[in-house]
Amino acid sequence: MPPVAPRSGDAIFANVERVNAELFTLTYGAIVRQLLTDLEEVEEVNKQLDQMGYNIGIRLIDEFLAKSNVSRCNDFKETTDVIAKVGFKMFLGVTASVTNWDADGTCCSIVLEDNPLVDFVELPDNCQGLYYCNILSGVIRGALDMVSMKTEVTWLRDVLRGDDLFELQVKLLKHVPEEYPYKDDE
Amino acid sequence: MQFFGGSEISPSPPAPAASGNNGHMIYVFNRNGVCLLYREWNRPLRTLDAQQDHKLMFGLLFSLKSLTAKMDPTSAAEKGNLGMPQLPGQGCSFHSFRTNTYKLSFMESPSGIKIILVTHPRTGDLRESLKRIYNLYVDYVVKNPLYTPGSPIRCELFNTTLDQYVRGIA
Repeated sequence: MPPVAPRSGDAIFANVERVNAELFTLTYGAIVRQLLTDLEEVEEVNKQLDQMGYNIGIRLIDEFLAKSNVSRCNDFKETTDVIAKVGFKMFLGVTASVTNWDADGTCCSIVLEDNPLVDFVELPDNCQGLYYCNILSGVIRGALDMVSMKTEVTWLRDVLRGDDLFELQVKLLKHVPEEYPYKDDE
Repeated sequence: MQFFGGSEISPSPPAPAASGNNGHMIYVFNRNGVCLLYREWNRPLRTLDAQQDHKLMFGLLFSLKSLTAKMDPTSAAEKGNLGMPQLPGQGCSFHSFRTNTYKLSFMESPSGIKIILVTHPRTGDLRESLKRIYNLYVDYVVKNPLYTPGSPIRCELFNTTLDQYVRGIA
């Protein structure tokens, strides 16, 4: 039996159930709004969004693997490529590109030109420190955590802060080897 | 440790029933060795308590995987000693083995979810079916917002769907 070829982001996106984009965008907006009210500090909101994203990411990875038939990436370059081309397409309907690789291939940028989360959004003066889309960095970190890659994901550019693009820096900290989980071997 | 009880095991089971009754049991583990799910449909012989049984099964798969990778004649990559920690996805892996009394089919997702289905020895290739079960797990368990990742699955809907599906394939 030949292995099933991985499916493209477009093919999966065409096959999944979708919701109205405005409902999605406004729901996310309502969550951020509520967090701002509850937590008051912009820094705290950033943290909370990242944590929420992480919790989503550790589940999303299984859906991603189940639907995309992606089995295994040879290196971190391939991993980030799959996130940008298949992952973003599958769940957000947009494609991202990967650039700015460092010399040893452990750090790069994922660049988003189009980001459905920020339609209708403008940052007011009292929210200047807010990373409005911080949930995305959490999702990537959580998903990669589940496939044993510890990463650090930070925003380098943000359209809401006056940049021309969204740029997420993904830095691979380490691969975690698989170990026998039980201590006592009786 | 005691592997076999005192009772005799018959050398090979009768020919499989037409269909629907040839699944013995299923295990789902996560990477940390937590048994997320255990279900049995047909298991006349039990020699260990449940917890030991799960541990033994996980240990068997873990060791078998590092053995198969160690024995791999095609991979040129540097191999550590047997039992060296491997990166996920590194090395090769097995997908089933058969004894005279049962067949064990195995799949592991890159996220460390291991699905083990034990069936009648004459069941065919179940790789696609295991993938399908993985999809059921995603739809009925992972997407349930009230399920805590990494905890044992208590979800009736998943159990019934799974029972039905396994009855359809084995």
